[in-house]
Amino acid sequence: MRREPPRTLADYAPIAFPALMLVIFFVVPFSTMIAVSFFQRDPAGFYSPAFTFANYERFLSAFFGGVLGFSIMLAVMVAIVCVLVAFPFTWLLTQASRRVQIVWLVAILSVLSLSEVIIGFAWSTLFSRTAGITNLLVMAGLMAEPQALMPGFGAVLTAMVYQALPYTVLVLYPAIVRLDPTLLEAARTLGASPMRAFLNVVVPALRNTIMATLIMVFVFALGSYLLPQILGRPQHWTLSVLITDQAIYQSNMPFAAAMAVFLVLMSLALVGLTLMVGSQREERT
Amino acid sequence: MSGLALQDVSKRFGDFTAVDNVSLSIPHGTFVCMLGPSGCGKTTLLRMIAGLEEPSTGTILLDGTDITPIPTHKRDFGMVFQSLALFPHLNVGDNIAYPLRIRGVGKAEQKKRVAELLDMISLQGYAERPVAKLSGGQRQRVAIARALALSPKLFLLDEPLSALDAKLREAMQVELRQLQQKLGITTIVVTHDQREAMTMADLVVVMGEGRIRQAAPPVEIYRKPADAFVADFIGSTNLLSVGADGALLGRAMPSLAMATRSAGGKLSIRPEDVQLVAAGSGMFAGTVSFVRDLGGTIETFVDVGGTTVVAISTPRERTPFKAGDPVDVTLPLESCVVLKG
Amino acid sequence: MSAATLRRIVFLLVALFLAGPLIVVAGVSVNEKQSLIFPPEGFSLAWYGQIFTDPGWRSALVNSLTLAAASAALAVMIAMPLAWFLWRRIAPWARIFQLLGVAPFILPPVITALGFLTFWATVGAYGQPWTAAISHAIFFVTLPLVTLSLGFSSIDRSLVEAASTMGADDRTVLRTVVLPLILPYVISGYAFAFVLSLNEYIVAYMTVGFTMETLPIKIFNALRYGYTPTMAAVSIFFVAVAAIVFGLIARFGDLPRLLGALSGDRD
Repeated sequence: MRREPPRTLADYAPIAFPALMLVIFFVVPFSTMIAVSFFQRDPAGFYSPAFTFANYERFLSAFFGGVLGFSIMLAVMVAIVCVLVAFPFTWLLTQASRRVQIVWLVAILSVLSLSEVIIGFAWSTLFSRTAGITNLLVMAGLMAEPQALMPGFGAVLTAMVYQALPYTVLVLYPAIVRLDPTLLEAARTLGASPMRAFLNVVVPALRNTIMATLIMVFVFALGSYLLPQILGRPQHWTLSVLITDQAIYQSNMPFAAAMAVFLVLMSLALVGLTLMVGSQREERT
Repeated sequence: MSGLALQDVSKRFGDFTAVDNVSLSIPHGTFVCMLGPSGCGKTTLLRMIAGLEEPSTGTILLDGTDITPIPTHKRDFGMVFQSLALFPHLNVGDNIAYPLRIRGVGKAEQKKRVAELLDMISLQGYAERPVAKLSGGQRQRVAIARALALSPKLFLLDEPLSALDAKLREAMQVELRQLQQKLGITTIVVTHDQREAMTMADLVVVMGEGRIRQAAPPVEIYRKPADAFVADFIGSTNLLSVGADGALLGRAMPSLAMATRSAGGKLSIRPEDVQLVAAGSGMFAGTVSFVRDLGGTIETFVDVGGTTVVAISTPRERTPFKAGDPVDVTLPLESCVVLKG
Repeated sequence: MSAATLRRIVFLLVALFLAGPLIVVAGVSVNEKQSLIFPPEGFSLAWYGQIFTDPGWRSALVNSLTLAAASAALAVMIAMPLAWFLWRRIAPWARIFQLLGVAPFILPPVITALGFLTFWATVGAYGQPWTAAISHAIFFVTLPLVTLSLGFSSIDRSLVEAASTMGADDRTVLRTVVLPLILPYVISGYAFAFVLSLNEYIVAYMTVGFTMETLPIKIFNALRYGYTPTMAAVSIFFVAVAAIVFGLIARFGDLPRLLGALSGDRD
């Protein structure tokens, strides 16, 4: 087979269906959303065409500014906790036998695919007064009587870490598994303990990977929508919650769209940053 | 005209010229080895013959018909790839039957032909075996049988034996040559191993930098290399430049030195032709600088006025020299070849 | 402390964290009475039966399975020709479609969901069940796209060349060589999309949330009106389905390789 540029119409044919589907059902909806963000709210229907910056102006209020600040702070915390836990874990995982790795990967994929609803429900049960872990502490005599650990910030953070941790492991896994094992062996023969070798060789060698992962997990956590609702109080609601709230319950689609566009821009900027970090890494190797 | 003919074939990839204006004719039934260092264009040339690459310019003729525009799948050539390219999802029998299946040959006929081919490669009863369960040599044979299943007009092999260990490779070379002689099929093998080429070929085509440097029978290539590149690539040789030791050479062999200087090139003499004699009784006086005793042969490195000359002898011929021994070197006139630059 | 001990401790802690909530949910799912108590009191599998016998839960289950099966199939149908084209042809411009296929998965899901909501509302199809299938297919097309791209890149091109020297034209090569070799990747791409679609909430909610209940939507709605052990049973049922599907992928495919490791040669 010669791999060559398509020449005839028939050569182009295979890409027609995917291209059409992606353009009609992703590019067009996305553009529609951007357009709607400049439209007016129509209490009778969804919206009416206009060209106004009112939706964006409204977003720049103290309240929404506060929500944005909280969303970012929450996502940053989730990203940091996840990478701190996932990095050493993933590294240890890649050192394990192939069989152990596969069992873990199946488990991690299963948790990753879990619906946000189920994660929220599971943690709300675990943090509840009647069926929560505090019951175990009471049984062990460490606590006088069971109590509810939610709603609260701690509950939201824990559940979001739970949701993002499998994702973090899977983002880190390819980079770590491909790390040249002789690097570490060399460090060991030069007299470094396993812990020192890990800190002095593995971590610096993957510095860019860690940065990129932080950003990817940050964007992932930014999308969390149900957990703050199920496990938090209204002050713990994120931008994603507000967007849905405006779109569905307040029927203010233009405003929801404006917030979404803002979220996209922020995410895109961060993904761009990830790619830049990634290309730097390639230049170095 | 009968046989395969390449006429002014070139292949360029962007700025890089992989094959540079190659012309060659190969009569039917010939075993050809394309020989050259990696990157010399030999594989690209083979792929153009197979139709896997399109020549940038030039034509390829088979029995006088231009086959350049014919796509690979209509050329009816058998090809063995460097990776062997056995289909991992098919067993041995289905791999061999693949070309028959594509042509719509009947099931019974397929089975019969597969049995014949397995017989030919001495793998009777292996039809149901998965490819992954075969040894390197067995895989090699299956790839060959598959390529020959349709009795192709041309049998092409791209570095077919490179994955095998040295012993097996030598055995397969003999097997391949015998098979080709039995079938009488025109065969082109690409290789970088000159021993392999010498073992199998009727015609050796030495390539360098995209051009054919010499196309001749193996012994002629060895005895009468066309230029310094060929002499150096085929076996080992002493290349003596007339500039550096011209005075020395001129004194001993004036006619040869003249010829070499006028050709602007070098003088080549094979190490086994160099004679080492007792000091004072030969052409040039030298000092032994290093001795490599390989058991079966002994390579003696002699420093002659700043130029190193290597001589190969067998232990029976004479007792080995030691480094530092004075020795005289004699170059028999009939073994010296003058090479163009 | 030896490296092996350290590893065991870290693995244990992570395992506890990941499994903890699920253990509690599994516990409450077998409570005899309809109450949220852990450790469970009594033992009953009645709540699991409810998934299939209660009309509300059963229709949500059927909706979810239908949606997941249809959208995963559509996602594979979009990804397959695209990945094949990118592998078969030299066409750098076509990479833009690859990027489009990956984008919905990287952006926060609420954005894609809102995009679909405005789109379906604008074309007047809002609330139709099939809109959810298309939306999920686009949302999850990344998964088959990634597995298939990986699958194609793992096909040795000399296999294709060998087939053509033996007389196979482009279509025959596709049928006899490429498809059999790519099949495991098609299946795993389908399975990934299927499981994720089964669990997806926000896109389904924004497109058909008021007309059709999928299981995640049903759980969330039920959660608002109070607790029933069936939720716990459904959750465990979902975890089991995911674990079985990924376990099968691991059994018949090379999971570490699918997840980005080079060929798994460490044993």
